[in-house]
Order: sequence, then structure tokens, then C-alpha cells
Amino acid sequence: MAQYAILIYAKARFDEAEVVPGGRAAHDRHFEDMVESGALVAAFALQPAADTATSIRGDVVTDGPFIDAKDVIAGFAIIEAPDLDAALKIARANPATQQGGGVEVRPVEGGFIAPRPAAA
Amino acid sequence: MTRPADVETAVADAHRRGWALVLAATAHVARDLDLAEECVQEAYAAALASWARDGIPNNPEAWLTTTAKRRAMDAVRREQTFRSKLPLLVEPDETQDEVAIDEPAAAEPEDVVPDERLRLIFMCCHPALAQEAQLALTLRLVCGVPTADIARAFLISESTMAARMTRAKKKISAARIPFRLPGAAELPDRLRAVLGVIHLLFTAGHTAPSGASMVRHDLVDQSLRLARTLRELMPDEREVRGLLALVLVTDARRATRVDADGRLLRLEDQDRSHWDRSAMAEAHDLIVDGVRGGRPGRYVLQAAIASLYAEAPSYDQTDWPQIVTLYDELLSVWPSPVVALNRTVAVSMASGPAQALEEIAELEKGGRLARYQYLPAIKADLLHRLGRSDEASHAYRQALELTGNDVEREFLAERLAGPHRA
Repeated sequence: MAQYAILIYAKARFDEAEVVPGGRAAHDRHFEDMVESGALVAAFALQPAADTATSIRGDVVTDGPFIDAKDVIAGFAIIEAPDLDAALKIARANPATQQGGGVEVRPVEGGFIAPRPAAA
Repeated sequence: MTRPADVETAVADAHRRGWALVLAATAHVARDLDLAEECVQEAYAAALASWARDGIPNNPEAWLTTTAKRRAMDAVRREQTFRSKLPLLVEPDETQDEVAIDEPAAAEPEDVVPDERLRLIFMCCHPALAQEAQLALTLRLVCGVPTADIARAFLISESTMAARMTRAKKKISAARIPFRLPGAAELPDRLRAVLGVIHLLFTAGHTAPSGASMVRHDLVDQSLRLARTLRELMPDEREVRGLLALVLVTDARRATRVDADGRLLRLEDQDRSHWDRSAMAEAHDLIVDGVRGGRPGRYVLQAAIASLYAEAPSYDQTDWPQIVTLYDELLSVWPSPVVALNRTVAVSMASGPAQALEEIAELEKGGRLARYQYLPAIKADLLHRLGRSDEASHAYRQALELTGNDVEREFLAERLAGPHRA
């Protein structure tokens, strides 16, 4: 089994993003499917990039996403799949692909999830 | 002892016919493309000496497969511990790697190998690879063309081509692009990519995008060989038949596309008696098969159009209305502005140049053909036929600016000079 990162892209400007009825529910369902099939390793949804991202390049701190682009990373998932075709099949099912955005699939070279102390 | 010339011929034959087969079988064992390539290369080199000494084997491909696989097995064993840390070409449905490695390699390759060759083709043409990489990999791994020759065919330096190839192989390995057949659900998309690569190879050879020579026969020959292989491996796919037919019928005119001085000849000026009748007949049968049973696809329709052009007793006796109808059908399955442009040529013959010119004006508005040299070239011809010489000259000049192929440039320059003289 190999691991792949699925980077989820959405329109940078919220007002340009396609409002899809049931969009959020579709994402929830997709993630439930990945959990059920055993493919999902980890997944995170991020706050809107335009309003909340902060970037650091060298010593300079700026407001906004690192790359000024029409599309920004809205979240990412790490999945496990036997090969690229299997990973692409899962990635294709991501609702972002049907909501005006899309996904980028990247093979994972290495990774580590730190064990956290239980919340006090 | 066998005569060295005979041995060389036998090795060359086995290279042309058997490379993909031997490489695919070896890749299966080596599970690493570079290693597989190296072992296959060595097997062909070893054949020269061994066949001269012991005679040419009855089944050269089986000999080569056995030899290459054995080398791969040795290498895999030697590096087992080291290699276990490297990303491998893995087939998820095969967990018994050890068994596969230990199985005697002398098994009849014909039994298992057709599938292996297909796997190789589908891997090389995987949509996760850029199309130029798909092309290069297919030529290198499926056709066995040396990297230097591929670079020359596409007019780029060998180091650039080698880097492109390395990058593609690295992606295959790192992203685990699988060495297996696509499932039924993915097949139409994946097959489209394979057909696209073969077709692109053919067009690149048929009219070289730039350079001195009109045709690059080696590329055309490779594309024809690939189309034949695919037809052999997937006999039931109608679009595979369509593509083979398209290549055959287009290439049947090879001998007459330029005159004795290498100058371009228009279809109407070509000597039809020199066209390859057997290739046209083979294409015809494939097309008849292809249009049966449901709506024909893009390649079947393109082949049908090309075949109608070719089978007419003369240019003027071409069945233009039927060609326009086929173009309409082609546009509905493949709405491409290039197809719409080619359709206007048939329209000009069926309904007159004025009608065609109107349709070209529409295409110009669309803007997608702004850099396409054949649009002003066709437009120029239509204007010329309507006696609008000044506008025709202007269009010929536009076409000249956009054309990179020397033979085509010369043709256009002559046409440009022509209307003035007339």
C-alpha cells in the first residue's frame, strides 16, 4: 500500500465559489465513505484562505495565501491505496471536483503523525 | 556457425517484432522499468554472439525473454534487501512475487504475453503522464526505439529527451502508475489515451511539424505497427479498427504526396494509380466492420472520410455530399474546430466556395484556430477560387507565417506567387 495526499482546491474568492446545494453534506458523505473503506489516514478542512491565511516568505510575513492564485487549498486528506489508479478513483469521487474546484493527488514520500497527550 | 549477416537480420527482426513482448515479460519480473530495459538490451546483445555460435533459435522471442528474465531475476536476487526499500512497480492483485520470480522463464511467451504487452502500452499511455512523455515512453518501451532516435524524430536534444524519459519513469515508480489492464469502467478513457498517442505519432510522422522533410517514415511505420499490435490484442474494439484503418488509408498515399523534387502535391494533383491499393482494401474492410453495430466513433468516421476521398476514381468524382454528412457525424462525436475546418473543404466542393467561406468566417470568430496554419491556407484557396486574388494573397501570407514545415512553406509560397502571375 502506498499513501497519497489529496489536496483539495476551491475558488479563492468565496463569492466566485459555486454554491452547490448540499455541498457540505456531500463532503461529509465522501469522508464517511473513505473511513468505511479503510482508505482514509487523516483529513483536514481549513478555514477560508482569503480571510484567514498568513504566509511567511524569508523573513516577510504577509496576509493571504502563499501563492496568489484563483484557486487555493481548502483542505487535504491522506489516503492509502495500492496504486495511482486506485488513488485517482477515490480522488475523483471528491465533491470538490464537481463544485467548481478540484483536487491534486500527490504520492507521499514520508510522514509522521505525533501521538498527542489526551486532552486535559 | 551461422552467417553473421543472417544473425544480424534475425536479431533485427526479433527487435522489431518482439521488443515489447520481451520487455513486458521482463518488467513483470524486474518490477522496475530501468532494470527491465537494461536486461532486455543485454539479452539482444547476447543474442548476437550466442546465435552466431549455436544457431538461431526456433523461437527467438522466447529465447530473448528467457535470457532477459533470467538476468532480471539474478539482479533482483542480488539486490533483494536493497530493493525492498525502493518504490517498485507493483501489481496489487499479485501477492506471490516470489513465485513469479522463481517460475521457469521458458514458459511459452505467446500464452501470457499478449496481455503483458497491453499492460505495457496502457502504462506508457497513462493519463497521469504528459502526452509528450506518453509518446516518448511508448516509442522507447513498446517499440524499442533508442532514445537518441526519438530525440531526433522530435527535433530535440538527446539529453532533453533522456531527461523527459527519466522524469516519466520516476513518476511511474513514485506515484505507482500500475502495470496492469484498466478495469471495464476506465477502459474507454484509457483506450482513448492510447489511441491518441498512436494517432499523434502518426500525424507527427505524416506531416512533420517542422523541418526539411515532409514525412518521417520511421514514425509512420512505428504508428502503423502499434495500431496493428493493438488490433491484434483488442480485436473487438471498433475504435482500434478505426484507427488502424485511418493510418492505413492515409498512408496509402505516401508515394504521391510530394513530387520527384520533394514538392507538395495537392490531393487533386496526386497520381491515384500509385496509391497502395492493398492498404486501402484492408482499411475498407476494417471500416465496414467498424460502422456495424451502433454509432461509430471518431476514428472509424475519420477513416471512413479518408477512405471516401481515396476510393473516388478522381478528385472531381469524389462523393462530396456523403463526405459532408460523415463530417457532420464526426463533429457530433468529436466537436473539434479542426474537424469543422476540414469539413469546409468538402462543403466548398458540395455547395461552392462562397458557402464554405461563410463557415470559415464563423470559425475565425470562434478564435480557437488563430494559430492554425491550415485555416488561412484553406481560406486562401477558397478566395482564389472565387477570383478574389488580393484577399487570397493576404491569406497565403498569413498561412506562411504560421507554417514550420519547409515543404508546406514552399507550396504556399508558390501559391502566393501564382495568383499574381495569373
